[in-house]
Amino acid sequence: MVFSNKPLQFIVAVLVACLPLFSSANTATDSVHAKAEVKTESKVLNIKEKEAEDRKEYIQHHLLDTHDFHLFSYVDDNKEEHHIGFPLPVILWDEGLHLFSSSQFHHGEKAAESKGKFYKLHHEKIYRVDSAEGEIQLNNENHHPTNVKPLDLSITKNVFVMLLVSVLIFLLFRSLANSYAKNNGVAKGIGRFFEPIIIYVRDEIAIPNIGEKHYKKYMSHLLTVFFFIWFLNIFGLSPLGINVTGNIAITACLAIITYIITTLTANKNYWGHIFWMPGVPVPMKLILAPIELLGTIIKPFSLMIRLYANIVAGHIVLGSLIGLMFLFKSWFGSTLSFGLSFAISLIEVLVALLQAYIFTMLTALYFGSAVEEHHHEEEAHH
Amino acid sequence: MEKLIEQFSLGLFFWSALIFVGLILVLKKFAWKPILDAVNEREEGIKNALLSAENAKKEMQNLKSDNEKLLADARAERDLLMKEAREIKEKMINDAKSEAQAAGEKMISQAKAAIESEKNAAMTELKNQVSSLSLEIAEKVLRDELSNKESQTKLVEKMLGDAKLN
Repeated sequence: MVFSNKPLQFIVAVLVACLPLFSSANTATDSVHAKAEVKTESKVLNIKEKEAEDRKEYIQHHLLDTHDFHLFSYVDDNKEEHHIGFPLPVILWDEGLHLFSSSQFHHGEKAAESKGKFYKLHHEKIYRVDSAEGEIQLNNENHHPTNVKPLDLSITKNVFVMLLVSVLIFLLFRSLANSYAKNNGVAKGIGRFFEPIIIYVRDEIAIPNIGEKHYKKYMSHLLTVFFFIWFLNIFGLSPLGINVTGNIAITACLAIITYIITTLTANKNYWGHIFWMPGVPVPMKLILAPIELLGTIIKPFSLMIRLYANIVAGHIVLGSLIGLMFLFKSWFGSTLSFGLSFAISLIEVLVALLQAYIFTMLTALYFGSAVEEHHHEEEAHH
Repeated sequence: MEKLIEQFSLGLFFWSALIFVGLILVLKKFAWKPILDAVNEREEGIKNALLSAENAKKEMQNLKSDNEKLLADARAERDLLMKEAREIKEKMINDAKSEAQAAGEKMISQAKAAIESEKNAAMTELKNQVSSLSLEIAEKVLRDELSNKESQTKLVEKMLGDAKLN
């Protein structure tokens, strides 16, 4: 965890340190412009502010899940905005099942109608509205909508990408599995590239952390979680604007599955260490029990936050750097931020693998602690 | 934190749990199990092959040392046989030589004895013949001489003279 964050922190620190250089250069050009075009100053500022707001919104929007698969948008000669992408199915549970295409939302501009009820999008969340022209009522205190929020089980972009990646992983490893039978136990085809990684997960992650005796029953989960996170991380770096693993619901799901497996497969020794820590005085045992119990929840919680934060941080930094390219309208600043975003992209490729590795590694470690055999006498001797 | 909770989408959680658990189960059956089995099998195969190669090497070495031992044994035996044969040959030659010598000596001594006895026999016969001849002569002479006195005396005298010459 520590060594994974270091390069990222370092890059961010360097970036922050470099920022004043660009911005001062920018204000200088701005002031020149401002002097030359005093009349249009306010207008220019407005456009600039709007652009900045757009960029910020774009980055934040990118981090969120959406109900349609949006590829890109452009403004045509008539100043009309066009969105290119495809809609995804919306599934709602609101006193009955509602199933319709997300194209009915018209990118959040209109309310969709289903079985006599109307729904509208607000920050990519679906709320029920009264009529086709109904608006979302915002709370005055915190600007949260007060409308009814139905249970949203839509195939959103993230669900769609997860399904896509699942099919990809399945086909890839199915072909690898089949190639063994065909070639007398020798891997062939593209899956061959992944065979050393599978062996690495087994020999370097599973066996050292769980132990030779118990590792087999966890291999399916460890391999799946490793490739699932890795592939989704890599997909997240593609220009399609996908951010699956930087989504708290998904990292929470993965962490909770780790927690469930750890808890269900834990042996007597594991529970003994939580509720009645051996080798310490009784009062200490009483103090340690709640701490240890909390620890079992904190472990998967840290898994969830680590993956989420790393991926989101990477996306924000990368998005901001790409945004900077358009902010600096000078050859120097744009080239520099291009170089930086290129470098960060390379680091993100590494982080994608590293986070998958760390998640799998720590999951294996927790599994290992769940099935650890009693060996205190041995430790005492050392 | 509040923003994180707000961002948390139950639908996404539901789908990701469903997809992930489904993926684990499907991959376990169709991918991980066959892959890990195949990899294990291959590793076992490699291990076994290496082990049997090592065994074969050891066996070869054993065979080689056995062969060398056999060869040395054979060589020693050959040397022994040769030595024995040489000894026997020498003994035979020596024996033959001594036997031949003994036989020769025996033959020579026999021949010598035979010659001696023949000589003795011949001498005895000669002596006998000489004595009988001399007796005959003496008879004849005596007859002649005894017929006349004079000639008898003459003869005795002559004979006495002869006897002195002898």
